[in-house]
Amino acid sequence: MSYKKRLDGRKFDELRSIEAKVGVVKNATGSAYFKIGNTMAYAAVYGPRDLFPRFLKDPKRGLLRCNYNMMPFSGMGERVRPGPSRRSKEISMVTEGALLPVVNLENFPNSVVDVYIELPQTDAGSRCAGICAASMALADAGIAMKDLVGAVSVGLVDGQIVLDLNYDEEAYDKGDVADIPMAYIPNMDKFSLLQMDGKVKPEDLIKALELAKKGALEILKVQRNALKHRFEVVKNE
Amino acid sequence: MNNEKQNHIINYLKKDLRFDGRKREDYRKIEVETGIFKTAEGSARVKIGDTEVLAGVKFEVGKPYPDTPEEGTLMVNSELIPMSSPKFESGPPSPESIELSRVVDRGIRESKAIDYKKMCIRPGELVYSLVVDIVPVNAAGNLFDAAALAVWLAIKDAKFPKLEGDKLKYKEPTKQKLPILTEPVSITVYKIANYYLVDPTPDEEEVMDARLTVALTEDGTICALQKGGEEPLSKAEIESMIGLASKKAKELRKYLR
Repeated sequence: MSYKKRLDGRKFDELRSIEAKVGVVKNATGSAYFKIGNTMAYAAVYGPRDLFPRFLKDPKRGLLRCNYNMMPFSGMGERVRPGPSRRSKEISMVTEGALLPVVNLENFPNSVVDVYIELPQTDAGSRCAGICAASMALADAGIAMKDLVGAVSVGLVDGQIVLDLNYDEEAYDKGDVADIPMAYIPNMDKFSLLQMDGKVKPEDLIKALELAKKGALEILKVQRNALKHRFEVVKNE
Repeated sequence: MNNEKQNHIINYLKKDLRFDGRKREDYRKIEVETGIFKTAEGSARVKIGDTEVLAGVKFEVGKPYPDTPEEGTLMVNSELIPMSSPKFESGPPSPESIELSRVVDRGIRESKAIDYKKMCIRPGELVYSLVVDIVPVNAAGNLFDAAALAVWLAIKDAKFPKLEGDKLKYKEPTKQKLPILTEPVSITVYKIANYYLVDPTPDEEEVMDARLTVALTEDGTICALQKGGEEPLSKAEIESMIGLASKKAKELRKYLR
C-alpha cells in the first residue's frame, strides 16, 4: 500500500467540492445542475407526457426514460463524437435502473417521463453526477418519489480505499485501481447502481461501500438544500 | 399556425410593443461568459433572455483540404439536444440544426475572421482544425444570434494545446490564441406582417413571415446572408432589414469586449 497522499491533496474520505442548483432549464418540467470537482452535469425532466411510439404505452404504469450524453467538448482529450455510443447507451440504462426504485411509475400510466442528462465538462464520476442531477430534476418536476438518490464513486487506489475518484486517480499507473460507481437510496438503505472495474477483495468492497454510503449521505444533504433553496447556488463547504 | 396568436402579436407590434414589454428593435437582456469549461480549448456561454447557448472549441490536427493545402480548417456543428426544448428530438441532426450550424459557420468563414494560413503545421500534410460545437441549454427564441455570438466568443477564448510529435497534448495548453483578423457579428431580423423586429420569442418565431440573418464585419461589410421563412422579400424590404441588422450589429459589438 503506497498511495499515502491523494493526488489532489484531499483526505481519503473527502468528496470534491459540490455545487447544486435546481430550475436551470426553463423549458423543462424540472431541472437541475450538479457539479462535483470538475465534473458538471445538467439534467432536465420533461413529463409525464404522452408516450411515443405508442406500442410502449402501458395502462398500468408509466415509463422512465433516461438519456445520458456527453457534450462534444466535455472530454479530457479529443472531441467526443456527437450521438449515442455504446458507452452512453449503457450509462443511460444503468441510470434508469438507479432512479426507478424511487419513482412511482403507477402515477402516470400510458405516459413517459423523459430525463435528459447532459455533461458540458467531465473529470471522472460523470454517471454519478448525472444521477445526482437527475434525481434532483425529478423532484423539481414534482414527480412523486420515495426518496432522492445520491450517487458517488468509491474505489481502491494502490490498495487504499478512497471516496470520489477524479480522473487522475482513475488513471493512476503506479498501482492497481478499482473504480466503483454506486447510487444509494437512504430511506431504503439500498444501492440502486453498482458497477466496478478493477480488482478488489470482497472484504474491501464492503468497506468501500460503507464509505460510499457516507459520501452519498453528504451529497444528499446538498441535494436537499438545493431543492429547498430553489434558484440559489448551494455549496458543500 | 395559430391565427389568433398571430393577430395579437401584430396588434402589439403596431404599437411598437411586444408581449414581454420590449419594443420591436430591443434585444432581451444579454449576458456573456467565457472560459467556462476546462475540457474545451475555448468556451462561452451566451444568455439572451431565457435562451442559453453554450459553445466549445476543440482543436484537432489533420490533413488540409486539397484546394487549400496551407490553411487550417473550421467546422461548426450544433447539437439541438432534447434537454433544451420539447420541440427537439434525439436522433440524427434535423435540417433546422444543420441550417443553424451552417449559417453560423458562414458568418465566421466568409468574414475571413481567422487567419487560416497561420494554422498550418506542414503545407499539404498537417494543419490545425478547429471544431466548434453549439449546444443550447434552454432554447427560447433567437438561437441564431445567440449561437453566432457564443461561437465567436469561444473562438476568441481558445488557446492552442501543445503540439508534440504531430499529436496534441490536450492537458498542456499554451498561451497562444487564434490569429484573428476581424470580428464578425450576426444579427437576424424578423418580419411579421409589415413590421421588422429582432430577438424573437418562440411565439414570434412561430408566426413570423420571413427572417434574414446578416453577418457583418467590423467595417460594416456584409459577409453572409440567410433568408428563411415562407414569405418572399422585396428589394425594399431587404434594404430595411439589412439597415436594422447593421444598426443592431454595432450595439452587439460591446459584448465582444
